[in-house]
Amino acid sequence: MSEDSVVEDIESEVEEAPEDEIIVLAQKWKRKRGSLIMALHELQGRLGYVPRESAMKLGREMGVPLANIYEVLTFYNYFKLESPGKYIISVCTGTACHIKGSPKLLHGIEDELGIKEGESTPDGEYHLQGVRCLGCCGLAPLASVNGKVYGKQDVTNAHGLLEQVGHDQPMHVAAEAADAE
Amino acid sequence: MKPEELEVKAAAELAKQQAMEVRLVCCSSTGCQSSGAADIVARLKADLAAKGLEGKVQVGGTGCMGLCSKGPLVRMTSKAHEDILFSEMTPDLATRLVDEVIAPIAGGEKLDDPVGALGAHVVDLHAAFFAMQERVVLSNNGHADPEKLADYLVHGGYQGLRKALSMSAEEICQEVLASGLRGRGGAGYPTGLKWDFARRMQSDVKYVICNGDEGDPGAFMDRSVLEGDPHAVLEGMMIAARAMNATNGVFYIRAEYPLAVDRIEKAIRQARQAGLVGRNILNSGWSFDFDVRLGAGAFVCGEETALIASVEGKRGTPRPRPPFPSVKGLWDKPSCVNNVETLANVPRILLKGAEWFAAKGTEKSKGTKVFALTGKIAHNGLVEVPMGITIREIVETIGGGTGTDRKVKGVQTGGPSGGMIPESQFDTPISYEHLQQLGSMMGSGGLIVIDDHDSVVELARFYLDFCVDESCGKCAPCRIGGTQMLHLLDKIVAGDGTEEDIANIRMIAQAMQKGSLCALGQTAPNPVLSALKHFSSEFTERLKKPVAAEA
Amino acid sequence: MTDMINATINGVPVEVAPGTTILDAARKAHVKIPTLCKHPDLEATGACGICIVKVNNTGKMLRSCCTPIDDGMDILTETPEIVEVRRGVLELTLSRHPNECLTCLRNQNCELQALAADFGMTGSELPSVVPDLPLDTSTRSIVLDPRKCVLCGRCITVCQQHQNVWALSFLNRGFKTRIAAAGDIPLADSPCVRCGQCSAHCPTGAIVEYDETVDVWNRLQDPDAYCVVQIAPAVRVAVGEAFGFPMGANLTGKIYASLRRMGFKAVFDTNFGADLTIIEEAAEFKSRLLEGTGALPLITSCCPGWVDFMEKFHGDMIDHFSSCKSPHEMVGVLSKTYYAEKMGIDPARIFVVSVMPCTAKKSEIIRSKEMSSSGYQDVDVSLTTREFARMIKQSGIDFVGIPEEQPDHMLGAYTGAGTIFGATGGVMEAALRTAHYYVTGEDAPRVDFEMTRGLKGVKEGKLTVAGKEIRVAVAHGLANVEQVLEKVRTAREAGEELPYHFIEVMACAGGCVGGGGQPYGATNELRTKRAAGLYQEDQAGLWRCSHHNPYIKELYADFLGDIGSHKAHDLLHTGYQVLPEYKR
Ligand SMILES: Cc1cc2nc3c(=O)[nH]c(=O)nc-3n(C[C@H](O)[C@H](O)[C@H](O)COP(=O)(O)O)c2cc1C
Ligand code: SF4
Ligand code: SF4
Ligand code: SF4
Ligand code: SF4
Ligand code: SF4
Ligand code: SF4
Ligand code: SF4
Ligand code: SF4
Ligand code: FES
Ligand code: FES
Ligand code: FES
Ligand code: FES
Repeated sequence: MSEDSVVEDIESEVEEAPEDEIIVLAQKWKRKRGSLIMALHELQGRLGYVPRESAMKLGREMGVPLANIYEVLTFYNYFKLESPGKYIISVCTGTACHIKGSPKLLHGIEDELGIKEGESTPDGEYHLQGVRCLGCCGLAPLASVNGKVYGKQDVTNAHGLLEQVGHDQPMHVAAEAADAE
Repeated sequence: MKPEELEVKAAAELAKQQAMEVRLVCCSSTGCQSSGAADIVARLKADLAAKGLEGKVQVGGTGCMGLCSKGPLVRMTSKAHEDILFSEMTPDLATRLVDEVIAPIAGGEKLDDPVGALGAHVVDLHAAFFAMQERVVLSNNGHADPEKLADYLVHGGYQGLRKALSMSAEEICQEVLASGLRGRGGAGYPTGLKWDFARRMQSDVKYVICNGDEGDPGAFMDRSVLEGDPHAVLEGMMIAARAMNATNGVFYIRAEYPLAVDRIEKAIRQARQAGLVGRNILNSGWSFDFDVRLGAGAFVCGEETALIASVEGKRGTPRPRPPFPSVKGLWDKPSCVNNVETLANVPRILLKGAEWFAAKGTEKSKGTKVFALTGKIAHNGLVEVPMGITIREIVETIGGGTGTDRKVKGVQTGGPSGGMIPESQFDTPISYEHLQQLGSMMGSGGLIVIDDHDSVVELARFYLDFCVDESCGKCAPCRIGGTQMLHLLDKIVAGDGTEEDIANIRMIAQAMQKGSLCALGQTAPNPVLSALKHFSSEFTERLKKPVAAEA
Repeated sequence: MTDMINATINGVPVEVAPGTTILDAARKAHVKIPTLCKHPDLEATGACGICIVKVNNTGKMLRSCCTPIDDGMDILTETPEIVEVRRGVLELTLSRHPNECLTCLRNQNCELQALAADFGMTGSELPSVVPDLPLDTSTRSIVLDPRKCVLCGRCITVCQQHQNVWALSFLNRGFKTRIAAAGDIPLADSPCVRCGQCSAHCPTGAIVEYDETVDVWNRLQDPDAYCVVQIAPAVRVAVGEAFGFPMGANLTGKIYASLRRMGFKAVFDTNFGADLTIIEEAAEFKSRLLEGTGALPLITSCCPGWVDFMEKFHGDMIDHFSSCKSPHEMVGVLSKTYYAEKMGIDPARIFVVSVMPCTAKKSEIIRSKEMSSSGYQDVDVSLTTREFARMIKQSGIDFVGIPEEQPDHMLGAYTGAGTIFGATGGVMEAALRTAHYYVTGEDAPRVDFEMTRGLKGVKEGKLTVAGKEIRVAVAHGLANVEQVLEKVRTAREAGEELPYHFIEVMACAGGCVGGGGQPYGATNELRTKRAAGLYQEDQAGLWRCSHHNPYIKELYADFLGDIGSHKAHDLLHTGYQVLPEYKR
């Protein structure tokens, strides 16, 4: 076998490997120093949360202790250890939105879904969370669903928001679409 | 790319733009996107194509124009008419705009009434909201397309860098020092001085870090700059790098700003392709490149040492300073952390000179400041004003007051680290020193207006709750003090508070202010203390009435 | 001296070297600044906020433990303002701490308690905000009580940076921050190697040894039990600290006496076991070196923290491990076989207690089936020095005044080589003394091998024995092991000459004198003094080489047969297996 073909073989192996996306992801970020948080972003971007087994595998592949990963995961609000559900509804609780009535919006949705902030509906459809300023304070009060921002949501709109959402893309479809780009 | 090619490229793009009969720029920032800007652009393009007008009318995107609440916004530039700004556009209105206005103008007509039936959607560009602003940092927003390098070049892009490449590191530091530019991230430290410290450090590797964490809830200046003029921030960082002989640049941007991340990444790619970033920049022999890192939902990561920890992939907990990052920063190398807005000022200072910049503002606070004007205000949005303008001018003249029949009670500046300024103090000019004297601070530029129906006690509680939620938990005064103080405020809000509770709040505040490790804990009591100072009656009214007094 | 720093503290001029912290400079000026989170062993984190001082020139309040003093600084440490802030901070800290001193293992030996006493803290108007968090007793070596934790971070620095184990971490943030095992699982399922260094550095009762004194007292009361005890080398030079003796005082005779008064029927010494370990280990080394019977370098295995670490993180090194059991396990198994036989006691009645500097030994005694090769669990309970000190106090014995006694010699007589096991490098030195004899047939001309002594993280050296160069390395503190093993691996993979023939590893910094179960406050000064106490005894002793111990010779002649015999192998050796880092 010539040297070239060996190289090709290795490359085609790498090509096939993506079935284990965590390994690929780890290989990619491992090269950049201190990029654990970026790797976790990518992992959560794919799975919607960071399951324990995935964190362990990522740690092994990147050479980062699990303790370190959990220190980071539990420090940053953005990361989720449990599956959040299909639609992640975020209500802005930043100052501008607070003044313009976001607590009422949040409570309205809480009542409607029968869950509290930080919880998911039992059927796994919706996850409700408060977030700090989405940076569109001019449109306060604000909510977002799976990353898409909906401005000027007055209280009575809680129901409307959900309706809008119902016709939106489910999260995994959106993620795939984003990947395809 | 050779330096001269910058002009060539800019001239070519300018010629292309001037060849157009009409140019339409639609705000493509997060705010307007969420109100449907993409649909407007799509409709405009489709309609123009149907009429065969693509060659005469250009449609592009641009950065936030400041009136997000009235988005989506479209600005029309044409040879025959003054610029017109259309607000609250819909796809159907876009069709009418093409049919009734653009098509005739593109056909060479000069209309008597260039707005026609869209009159209700026209925003007066001569109104105080725009007329009283002075745009330096935001000068390209509303004009240039943030996704096009050529458009940035048309507006003088990378000329500041070109000039910096011909100066020594020390000269650049001196120039920025002479301009009087101070950090826009909150503390107001003179930027030139900070760079000079880093410059003096001997090290094989040095970092320039852009702080795009913007955690202050109710502020979106930095987002608007990152989304609206990413190349300016890039250029600012490269000039900073030259000023301290830095070798690498890092962007730290909060994860809640995906579009800003996108724009910055795109800008880096474009600049690299054009030879403005990477190896042998503008044929100077100098090489420099960028890394982009995301935050993950932690306000404290805006604090520079916490930010550095986060970039290193750790928990974002601050560490004691000294050593300051300029001595021991990212990966223990000398590093300089600068705010987005600070950096966006830099190319303009290099291009137009320190005197030009220093001519604006007050004695100690130079230049302009971008504010995010929100809350109970008629024209909420983004404004850039010269330092020294009074709070009243911003709130009443530019912002138009509450816009309802309620009265303005006060304004919170400096976010959770700042304080409430009562309406009686509104004639104070905006400057680092004046705001501090009032028990507040400049902060990053959030200006939140409350009216006489809003409770100061509850707002103070809101901010404290935020700080408790965002405390990193490393040091005892902030971690426990915040929680205990919040309990006491809850008690007062519920009507069960006593005078002793207020005394205990003051005791805890002192422990936090003087005993906390970082500015989050040190300043967390500020909103409560300033509320107590300016609105003490609102607290006492809420206290539990002594039962004995009734007997 | 041109570049000294000149400053004043409370008006008193001080001159210190650049980089000195305000805290250390203040000490020099005889000013005491209260601290809580700072440990002299560890880099300051600035977590507690108790040590603030005021820089009069700028009006700034700074943390003295982590701020270097600057030229011309005018520092105030004790103004009413500073005291008020410190009191406020302490009041807040106490409001998040359970007041359980009377039933806390740290009672009267707690940095937080002492601080509160110094400040004369009385009541507080702040409500108690202690979260309801469960104990973690899963390891049976150490106990975590996150409610008592002041989040100083010392344990985490030690576990992650000094030990490189990463078993402990902070979880969550803000008020919800707490310590927990990696990934929020029971500590026993984590990579924890039970070294106890976290507990030795904790300022409070949030991490303590798993206390088994009650069990031992019960057995001592039990007429059917025949309790025997042994003490480890490092215990004798540390327990005195709990009774006001100077650092490093060697109190072996008083310890024997106290143990007899507590009711132990026989008092043995782990130093005997150390001698025995050397006999077996040096033989193992000789045959690997000369006859190629096993992998080189040979690596010591008498530290259970290190064994656990190797099994979890360096499974590829198993072949290099000495198969010798640790000294106290050897004494344990011989107590229930050799001693039982000679004295005619039913081994089922014998209850073996080890007094160790170590929390890992508590787990070691049930580590594998070879720890029961007598047919019973060879060591029944392993106490730490700290538990032992408490037992002395409970027993009413006047430890200071009690006259010295001798051990029961059958398993208690020892040589200086056994004694120095307690300090880093000691095992290596002891082994070299005997290996020299085995290889050349005569004693080394000088038995002091200084290259193995001292507190440098990794010590390397070589010597020539019978014309053959022997290269050795000594590492202590688990984070220092990596570089040594990496050298071995690199050479092995490249097929090069091995960098070492013999490696000693101790999990704790300083070796067992700095063990996780030793009295609090270990600093390098203290480690050095404790080690000096051991080396002094070695120097002064009658026998300095393990193979000179007459009771060992008797043991082989009467019971074990030849060195490396079948019986010796069955009773004194063990095996290892690769373990997962996480049990789940
Ligand atoms: C809790 C906290 C949050 C902060 N957040 C930000 C932020 O979001 N953006 C920012 O530029 N600076 C922030 N800062 C200030 C930075 O620490 C730092 O001073 C600043 O980035 C320096 O840049 P400048 O000199 O250009 O202002 C924050 C500081 C603290 C204490
Ligand atoms: S003041 Fe608050 S945020 Fe800052 S280090 Fe202390 S606990 Fe963390
Ligand atoms: S100031 Fe804080 S960090 Fe420094 S010694 Fe005191 S308590 Fe410790
Ligand atoms: S840890 Fe210290 S202060 Fe807390 S209960 Fe125990 S002895 Fe008392
Ligand atoms: S000090 Fe006080 S609380 Fe403690 S035992 Fe004595 S009386 Fe009781
Ligand atoms: S015993 Fe050792 S390994 Fe286990 S948690 Fe403590 S320091 Fe870490
Ligand atoms: S357990 Fe002890 S050492 Fe660890 S953080 Fe808590 S108080 Fe500090
Ligand atoms: S390491 Fe120390 S305690 Fe452990 S067996 Fe060896 S000498 Fe004894
Ligand atoms: S060094 Fe000694 S005290 Fe530390 S774990 Fe090993 S045997 Fe135990
Ligand atoms: S406060 Fe809600 S978007 Fe800023
Ligand atoms: S986002 Fe469009 S004007 Fe601000
Ligand atoms: S002793 Fe240094 S801050 Fe705690
Ligand atoms: S038993 Fe060793 S002193 Fe270790």
